[in-house]
Amino acid sequence: MISIINYKAGNLTSVERALKHLDIPCRVTNNSEEIMASSKVIFPGVGAAGKAMEFIRSENIDKILYDVIAKNTPFLGICLGTQIILDKSEENDTSCLKIIPGISKRFPDSGIKIPHMGWNNISINRPHPILSGIDPRAQFYFVHSFYPDPEREEDTIATTHYGVTFASIIGRKNIVATQFHPEKSGRYGLQMLKNFSKWDGYVK
Amino acid sequence: MLSKRIIICLDVRGDKTTKGIKFKGNIDIGDPVAMAKQYYEQGVDELVFYDITASSDKRDIIIDVVKNVAKNIFIPFAVGGGIRSLDDMYNVLNAGAEKISINSAAVLNPGLIADGARFFGSQCIVLGMDVKGVKKTPKIPSGYEIVINGGRTPMGIDAVQWAKKAQGLGAGEICLNSIDADGTNQGYELTLTSMIADATSIPIIASGGAGVPEHLKDVFLKTGADAALIASMVHYRRYTVGRIKAYLAKEGIPVREII
Repeated sequence: MISIINYKAGNLTSVERALKHLDIPCRVTNNSEEIMASSKVIFPGVGAAGKAMEFIRSENIDKILYDVIAKNTPFLGICLGTQIILDKSEENDTSCLKIIPGISKRFPDSGIKIPHMGWNNISINRPHPILSGIDPRAQFYFVHSFYPDPEREEDTIATTHYGVTFASIIGRKNIVATQFHPEKSGRYGLQMLKNFSKWDGYVK
Repeated sequence: MLSKRIIICLDVRGDKTTKGIKFKGNIDIGDPVAMAKQYYEQGVDELVFYDITASSDKRDIIIDVVKNVAKNIFIPFAVGGGIRSLDDMYNVLNAGAEKISINSAAVLNPGLIADGARFFGSQCIVLGMDVKGVKKTPKIPSGYEIVINGGRTPMGIDAVQWAKKAQGLGAGEICLNSIDADGTNQGYELTLTSMIADATSIPIIASGGAGVPEHLKDVFLKTGADAALIASMVHYRRYTVGRIKAYLAKEGIPVREII
């Protein structure tokens, strides 16, 4: 059973619908026992970092996340869920979860439209089980004004170019996180969710 | 590289009696869910459902459509038509839409853009603009005026000024529809599209007038449009999404490959 963490940030039901379509058992929850007992965790999210972190702290969801990650449960962050696992976000100068070292930065105001909205490529830095069967030409759906900038190079799994080259998939150990929305990225997005559902949390 | 998006617009009729009407080319335009699935499989980048239900008591029909679409397709889609309040927005988003498109209601009550952006995020709020070319006047310096009620009611508002104001209020995207070009199949209104794209910094969807793939090429090469809305070109099966994208790719326009 995959737990989709409910922290009142945006459209959680779209991830749930995609998993149901793939016949992958899941539930939307913020109950600590349910999350701890789940085989995998998805941390989605749309919206502002500041408001999301406020809710996470007030509901003690941060503690649950630290515990579930510590016991090696495979963890997938999506969009805002990817930005706030870093140390901090430039969005409202928010202190974040510090699960992966780095910060979320705002796109520079230099002739690009913000948000970065639409379908874009990913270039793969290193292999990862969630990339299994993904055509290198596949594009994914992005909508964001801030991007993850992990401190350690080895935490970048794939990059995307939009004004700057940024990390569009990050991860280490049992954590993987995408800036784009796999649940809205057609068949290759669904493939990625399927790959995650089969992942044991180890990277060879 | 960020792709230019091809967006298909589908009308949703509340009146069940229109369901199942077969138009030329055997497209059942009464079943938006089946059409959405077909276009999703063809590789469309995004969809917009436009609720043309006349009466408010039939609003649940669009909600049913949204729920069914959301179960079957996994690309972003927006819903427009008849959205007048935060409750309307919530109902559509909660049913599975990614974005909501507001048009006349935003002209009559610009605060709706700001409220929607605050509650749901700018990325959800698409401002639909219906625009008509008029004589340049001090009040309408661009020569393009905002009209509502499907083009019947001129509002005395300059289109460029309205686009800038809406961006300031928190609109995340603009769907720019030329009433003059709409339905002509003669191509997008390029002057208007350039003007609005140059005056704003949010994504612009060009709408109205697409008849052949060359029209999409023109709007992408000659204006700052980020996306192009099409309808009859594909509804009447004159073109598939694949054929349009193959043409655009050949012309050097970045589009999402269908693989």
